[in-house]
Amino acid sequence: MKKASYPYLIWMGIFILIPLFLVLYFAFTVGDSQNLSTFQFSLANFKRFINPIYLKVLGRSVNLAVVSTILCLIIGYPMALIISKEKARKRNLMILMFVIPMWMNFLLRTYAWLTLLGKNGFINYLVTKIGFQPLDLMYNDTAVLLGMVYNFLPFMVLPIYSVLVKIDKNLIEAAEDLGANKMEVFSKVILPLSIPGIITGITMVFIPAVSTFIISSLLGGNKSNLIGNLIEQQFRWTGDWHFGSSMSIILMVFILLTMALTSKFDKEKEGGGGGLW
Amino acid sequence: MVNKGIKKLYTFLIFLFLYAPIIVLIVFSFNDSKSRGVWAGFTLKWYVELFKDAEILKALYNTFLIATLSTIISTILGTFAAIGIFNLPGLNKKIALNLNYLPVLNADIVTAVSLMALFRFLKMEFGFATMLLSHITFCTPYVVLSVLPKLKQMNKHLAEAAMDLGATPFYALRKVIIPEIMPGIITGGLMAFTLSIDDFVISFFNTGNGVSNLSIEIFSMTRRGINPVINALSTLMFVGMLIMLLIINKRTEKNELERGV
Repeated sequence: MKKASYPYLIWMGIFILIPLFLVLYFAFTVGDSQNLSTFQFSLANFKRFINPIYLKVLGRSVNLAVVSTILCLIIGYPMALIISKEKARKRNLMILMFVIPMWMNFLLRTYAWLTLLGKNGFINYLVTKIGFQPLDLMYNDTAVLLGMVYNFLPFMVLPIYSVLVKIDKNLIEAAEDLGANKMEVFSKVILPLSIPGIITGITMVFIPAVSTFIISSLLGGNKSNLIGNLIEQQFRWTGDWHFGSSMSIILMVFILLTMALTSKFDKEKEGGGGGLW
Repeated sequence: MVNKGIKKLYTFLIFLFLYAPIIVLIVFSFNDSKSRGVWAGFTLKWYVELFKDAEILKALYNTFLIATLSTIISTILGTFAAIGIFNLPGLNKKIALNLNYLPVLNADIVTAVSLMALFRFLKMEFGFATMLLSHITFCTPYVVLSVLPKLKQMNKHLAEAAMDLGATPFYALRKVIIPEIMPGIITGGLMAFTLSIDDFVISFFNTGNGVSNLSIEIFSMTRRGINPVINALSTLMFVGMLIMLLIINKRTEKNELERGV
């Protein structure tokens, strides 16, 4: 039976392992990106990155990703809790309503926010109707943050919901019988049991948020550069694959570190492999 | 009760947040003006123009062709891989699983540029083939991940019993294992299809020579302004998906009622 895995093992070797080694190789060399024979080992790409301009971009990316992850958690957890307490029929419908937006192209949905946020947009129309000055909502970090929360909120709600809905109702009843009030039931029973869902949610929001270049280029305008934008520029426009690769490696290491950190909190890890740590 | 009111309001606000841009898209697909933000009256002309727009129809065709092909290939590849990996001995299993996890955990932009480096290294011409290969690569891990739990749930002795009764391994696979893990295979396939249709980053880096999908088309439009034709197309796709979902939902409900759940 194990022979069934051989085609995919070969596939993974060619399309997952070798590409990563190539990026690693590019990251530690300099030369003409198009000509392998000119490559020389060097740490210059990493040295170049240790520069306030680039470090600031990395800091901003991590900062925005952390804030959007926290926002998604704060907004998403109560939502997941509310849904999980509904009756089965309504519950399924609400989850469906969370999934449906994801079936519309995410670039288009993000772009549509410009219509809502713009100077003459819908939100400003309401704001001025009430009698306030129009707000400057577009092309700044708040807009990028909004785009991130908007796009990644379902990735927080769905895993938390799927854990909450499986919690044994008897446990909650037992806690109530033993005299716990609503707050205690939540903090001592529901919350600890939902940690695996929270961890999955955090990873599923943080990773795309820290590496996005679409949301920042659509809603952030030209001033909003994130690490994803830098990588894109190096590969698509500047043509310095070496520097681009070294930034990819830095981003990867960052993500792996975060994963290692969050999985420390996840004690109920399933045995039998899975997860890098 | 106040508590209930707060819950209802909260739910309403979240769904308003999720659906606001979609409502905007749908409304502006009927707008008689090319500029967004100005309402110039109702029209259906964008829907008419959609069917004359060769470029967008070509992108739509590419999107669905790539999604269908990569779903079929990654579902088959991933299902066999999951069965195989499940039966691998200890350490090998762990290595295979972690390797499978890499594209899931990694940032999609890193996956995208690493594949781009590979294709460049192999001197492959960028276009349909490179796009398809990269889609299969990022879809398959999700298939493997949704089939594995079903294998874990399955009774180990089922396949053994079949083979004891004289079934060849392949026959046991076809008649016993595959039917048992079918729900996982279907979930994985659906996931692959959705991921492929919605993908932008990986396609963007791994296509070339005028082969584009809808995401790439939309991205290039965001620089010069979105053509409302795209809004019309999205509205149609949205309505299509919605109807499909509602039908599926009704059916499962009916099944549940019949089974008396």
